[in-house]
Amino acid sequence: MPQIFSKKANTYSRVSLFCLLALPAGAIMAGMAVTRGPAQTNVGMPLDQPVPFSHKHHVEELGIDCRYCHASVETSAKAGVPTTETCMSCHAHIWTNSPLLEPVRKSYETGVPIKWQKINKVPEFVYFDHSIHIARGINCNTCHGPIQDMHITWKGQYFFMRWCLECHREPEKYLYVNPRDPDKDPRQKAFDLYSLNKYGEDLTPIEWRNLEGSDLKFSKDQIAEGEKLVEKWGVKVKQLTDCWTCHR
Amino acid sequence: MFRRLRTIRARHWIHLVSLAGVAFAATGCHIDMWYQSKKVAQDENEFFRDGKADRLPVAGTVARGELRHDDAFFTGRVDGKLITDLPARVEVSKELLERGKERYTIFCSHCHGAAGDGKGMIAQRGLSLRRPPASFHTDRLREMPLGHFYEVISNGFGVMYQQGTRIDSGVGAEKGKMDRWAIVAYIRALQLSQYYDASGLSAEEQEKLGIPAPEQIEWKNAFTEAQKKAAGSKPEEGGH
Ligand code: HEC
Ligand code: HEC
Ligand code: HEC
Ligand code: HEC
Ligand code: HEC
Ligand code: HEC
Repeated sequence: MPQIFSKKANTYSRVSLFCLLALPAGAIMAGMAVTRGPAQTNVGMPLDQPVPFSHKHHVEELGIDCRYCHASVETSAKAGVPTTETCMSCHAHIWTNSPLLEPVRKSYETGVPIKWQKINKVPEFVYFDHSIHIARGINCNTCHGPIQDMHITWKGQYFFMRWCLECHREPEKYLYVNPRDPDKDPRQKAFDLYSLNKYGEDLTPIEWRNLEGSDLKFSKDQIAEGEKLVEKWGVKVKQLTDCWTCHR
Repeated sequence: MFRRLRTIRARHWIHLVSLAGVAFAATGCHIDMWYQSKKVAQDENEFFRDGKADRLPVAGTVARGELRHDDAFFTGRVDGKLITDLPARVEVSKELLERGKERYTIFCSHCHGAAGDGKGMIAQRGLSLRRPPASFHTDRLREMPLGHFYEVISNGFGVMYQQGTRIDSGVGAEKGKMDRWAIVAYIRALQLSQYYDASGLSAEEQEKLGIPAPEQIEWKNAFTEAQKKAAGSKPEEGGH
């Protein structure tokens, strides 16, 4: 009996079997890439804001502390976007005629707040609290990217659950003290970093990476130091990965 | 024969479409719980004319544990007169002054300068300021009762906007929050450090120091002395 299928048919059947599996998987992966990519999560994308507010200008060049504008960041869950009055406390004196600031002046007169576009947001079934992270000296830039370099603010991290957990599983990798003043309250450290940078102090490698908001690389020594801090500050590592920590 | 082929095709299409549906679901792009009907801080709410979801309590509301029964502490005045001393529950300590320094640096230094001389960043940039930020090192302000500084922070002064909404008034003072008074104490310390009698130091030390840093003062003594001095001078009636 002659062969019904030629030898090539073997290959065809393998290829089609492969495709049968690979195509749906590929489709899922492509879909995930889209939903988790910058177009959806807005990571790295400056948004169109009503006033072209520049952190680079106000933070890096003028040296204003984050807390002048985001005053509740140390004490509450929300950092809060500043009120119009906060802008006006300076802009009633300086740059008073700038057309760019017209929406600010108008908002101050009418009492209707400026509608800033929200950049960073976790879903509303997630509980996030700034104050505890600041109390442990986690830098703003670890979570928000290099704010001091942003002319128009963009999102530095995608805030997936996996990303939060990466740190919550091993917080010792991220904890460090300011070597210039190791006994100081860690809370102040994140803010000092911006002025140290502004005035051209020598920064340690971990400080640099924190400032740039790039992925940290961990040396053994640093992790050992971090473990000591976990102990010293009583960081509750055990409960950091419990679901109820972030989903209440 | 052809008919059969067509039905098979149709079935394939159904499979393909449902597969695409499954793939789409597996990517996890449902957001039904992401935006809930609850209102969180700084949300929008169309219901109110200003569009804000955050509402202020009705005027005169007193939250539990936040009764402001201590006039000196919460207004800087007793019986309408500015207080010359710190309120009783504020205790001068190194911690208080350090806190004051930290808060001063955040909220005041870009206008009034790190040394309180009125030469902050804004003052240096703003060529056309209507009124420059005050220097604290004038006789008038050196002798000003402490309550005045508390008032300026809380209510503003002249062209200076109030800073109070962002600086803790000490409502939760039991918890040691008294940032406005900490700043007040630090300003007086700054005034002292700029007005410091350096004769006790060797010439070399004086040279090196220029002006002694606030850390170098015996806090408690210097402080009480200044208090006495301020108390001895006439407090300005009625404030500004
Ligand atoms: C002069 C006031 C001011 C200062 C100082 C300031 N910010 Fe902001 N910040 C704003 C304003 C206004 C916005 C909202 C507009 C925008 O997103 O750019 C904002 C937005 C942000 C956002 C994004 C908020 C969102 O919508 O998710 C982050 C993150 C942020 N700031 C971090 C910082 C950090 C970190 C510092 C200190 C290094 C800082 N800011 C200092 C005024 C300020
Ligand atoms: C501590 C003082 C201070 C505060 C608070 C502040 N700014 Fe500014 N801002 C400045 C100064 C100073 C400049 C201009 C500096 C220069 O270039 O000389 C400026 C410049 C600007 C400019 C550019 C104006 C132009 O025409 O180029 C914009 C826009 C601006 N600010 C927006 C804001 C907004 C919005 C807020 C409120 C969140 C704010 N600023 C709060 C000090 C401040
Ligand atoms: C551990 C990570 C982390 C750190 C550290 C952190 N943030 Fe955030 N930040 C977030 C997340 C997550 C959100 C979104 C919160 C939400 O949707 O409720 C956010 C939101 C914000 C917002 C937007 C609005 C709001 O009211 O919350 C601002 C402004 C902000 N952060 C400023 C800061 C500043 C300033 C610092 C440093 C002092 C800082 N953040 C440190 C994770 C962080
Ligand atoms: C860079 C490290 C880091 C990242 C990233 C991070 N966290 Fe944390 N988180 C910590 C540390 C450290 C603590 C403090 C734990 C302690 O001191 O007990 C903490 C505490 C918390 C707490 C309070 C826990 C409690 O016991 O009350 C919550 C809630 C929380 N984080 C949520 C989040 C969420 C949500 C994200 C992601 C958007 C996130 N965190 C990202 C380091 C991090
Ligand atoms: C450190 C904080 C944190 C902890 C701990 C945590 N989650 Fe989450 N979870 C998040 C964040 C942030 C998101 C939102 C992710 C996003 O934006 O895609 C999330 C999302 C989810 C979602 C929804 C996913 C989606 O795309 O709809 C589920 C389900 C979930 N978490 C379950 C859990 C369970 C179960 C646990 C305990 C094993 C847990 N989480 C622990 C932070 C946390
Ligand atoms: C945006 C710039 C700005 C900031 C920030 C600022 N001030 Fe002022 N301050 C001024 C100006 C301008 C004056 C002069 C007002 C006048 O003469 O009309 C002034 C005046 C004063 C005076 C003098 C009052 C008198 O009797 O002459 C005191 C005291 C004072 N400020 C304290 C503070 C303290 C404390 C802070 C920080 C919490 C602060 N200021 C923050 C701009 C500022």
